[in-house]
Amino acid sequence: MKCFRFVRAFLVAAMMLGAPALSLAQQQPPKAPEGFVPVDQVPGQEELPAKPLVAAAYGVAWLAVLIYVFSIWKRLNAVEREMADIARRIEAGGRR
Amino acid sequence: MTFLATAARVARKDLLVESRSREVVYTSLLFAISCMLVFAFGLVKEGRVVTDATAAILWITIAFAGTLALGRIFDRERQNETLRALLLAPASRAAIYVGKLVGVLTLLLLVEAIVVPLVMVMFGATLFRHPAFMLGILLAGSLGYAAVGTLFAAMLARSRSRAALLPVLLYPITVPVIIGGVRGTAALLQPEADLVVARAWLTMLVAFDAVFITLCLWTFEPAMTE
Amino acid sequence: MSIPNAKLQTPRSGSRKPETASRRPEVGSLSLFPLLLLIAMGMFAYAPFMILNAPYEATMGLVQKIFYFHVGAAIAMFVAAFTCGIASAIFLFGRRPGADRVAFAAAEITVMLGLIVLISGPLWARKAWGVWWQWDARLTSTLVMWLVFQSYLLLRRFGGPGSEKLSAAVGLFGSALVPFVYWSVNLWRTVHPTTNVVPTLAPSMRGPFLWCVLAFLFLFVLLMTLRVELEKRRTRLDDLYLALED
Repeated sequence: MKCFRFVRAFLVAAMMLGAPALSLAQQQPPKAPEGFVPVDQVPGQEELPAKPLVAAAYGVAWLAVLIYVFSIWKRLNAVEREMADIARRIEAGGRR
Repeated sequence: MTFLATAARVARKDLLVESRSREVVYTSLLFAISCMLVFAFGLVKEGRVVTDATAAILWITIAFAGTLALGRIFDRERQNETLRALLLAPASRAAIYVGKLVGVLTLLLLVEAIVVPLVMVMFGATLFRHPAFMLGILLAGSLGYAAVGTLFAAMLARSRSRAALLPVLLYPITVPVIIGGVRGTAALLQPEADLVVARAWLTMLVAFDAVFITLCLWTFEPAMTE
Repeated sequence: MSIPNAKLQTPRSGSRKPETASRRPEVGSLSLFPLLLLIAMGMFAYAPFMILNAPYEATMGLVQKIFYFHVGAAIAMFVAAFTCGIASAIFLFGRRPGADRVAFAAAEITVMLGLIVLISGPLWARKAWGVWWQWDARLTSTLVMWLVFQSYLLLRRFGGPGSEKLSAAVGLFGSALVPFVYWSVNLWRTVHPTTNVVPTLAPSMRGPFLWCVLAFLFLFVLLMTLRVELEKRRTRLDDLYLALED
């Protein structure tokens, strides 16, 4: 538990510090990149359309997160329901 | 009793039990041969083995036979409730683990002592052109596999669905070792043995062994405490 | 009565005393939740605009834009796997039930994020390499790591009582694979871009990239908060059942 709180606090702090650093990073003069080379336009004709692939990738990411959140929410509700059920049983003098 | 004496005693007990029944060695050996047979049907075309398939057959056979042996060794412990007795003994857990590991590794190497020559004969592979490398890869691969296998088989010994769970847990975790064994052996089986690649994979295997054994020694103690 | 929690049928009795049965239900760890939710939602809502405004890559073109979510999810997956490993170690050696809950939650989130990584990757590869999947070191090791955490979840679900420690060991081994997955691209000659891409990223791409990484890290924290809370309530429910039986 403690380690998780620490990670969370660390991330919140990183966010606060990261925002200015982000804008700084964008202002840096462009260097010759070794990895990806940026261009402004999509290079000419493409034999395989990239759009559906990109759309699918982002769609899957959103969908996975939403389904996961929904599943947590459903499980939380189920636990809540059971808790209420038990509380009722205890209140009704349900000592078996 | 010192650490090594305890480990030796645990290993000796396992090997003594096994030498009386020879159950684990017999069953896993027969299982290994059946495995090879199944692979032979899938991977031999017109009398010749597909390139690099020999290395894969060897290691998959070892892995499968190893799972069978691991399951049986710890089943035996559970049947007689000897694992509990062993853990109640005033000995360090790490020593017990090392003893168990030595026992498992010895049995695995015994099975390999028959499976490896069989693979050489049946698939026409000249495995031992560079005996030091081949023995090193076999030993390092088996050690890594047995190290993780012993830990998980011991922990699963009390679980309900251990027969199904052991392979499911063991294969993803030990797959780096299997990959190292397969690629290293395949490099040695090239028409012109690729010693640079073989050495790289052997180093990798030794590194994995070190990581795995450290993690196992580290977790065995708290994991086996009631 | 529907019992979605398999553990209920075999309550983790005996070894552990009810922790929170007598206490009032508290929502301590959910107090930060609205703030986190707001930040994460805002970041994810703004991310597409940043990605759309980022320049195209010279050889790969539009499909390279998968990179922003793919790597963001991968980094968050590594963090989740490490969280699971560290929490598992704390549980194994410190015997804190809270650490076990964190490990369980982190493992589930690792699998979820891994799914995003493993699906967005092939979609990119189809265009960039011409194949959906390539058995190279990075892809294989990522799949292996994902399988290890999958087996963690399997164990939690079907392992029966006493499987917490076993799954903690699995979590430990799974997180030991993280450095291996990370460096695999530099150790072997792979088709997958190396780790060198990120530090040498052009500034116009670095902004959106960092944004996406932060967004995924926040998503991780958010989901962790939610998932740990769920596990806490389940523990309390178990304790209530035990209290009821006494």
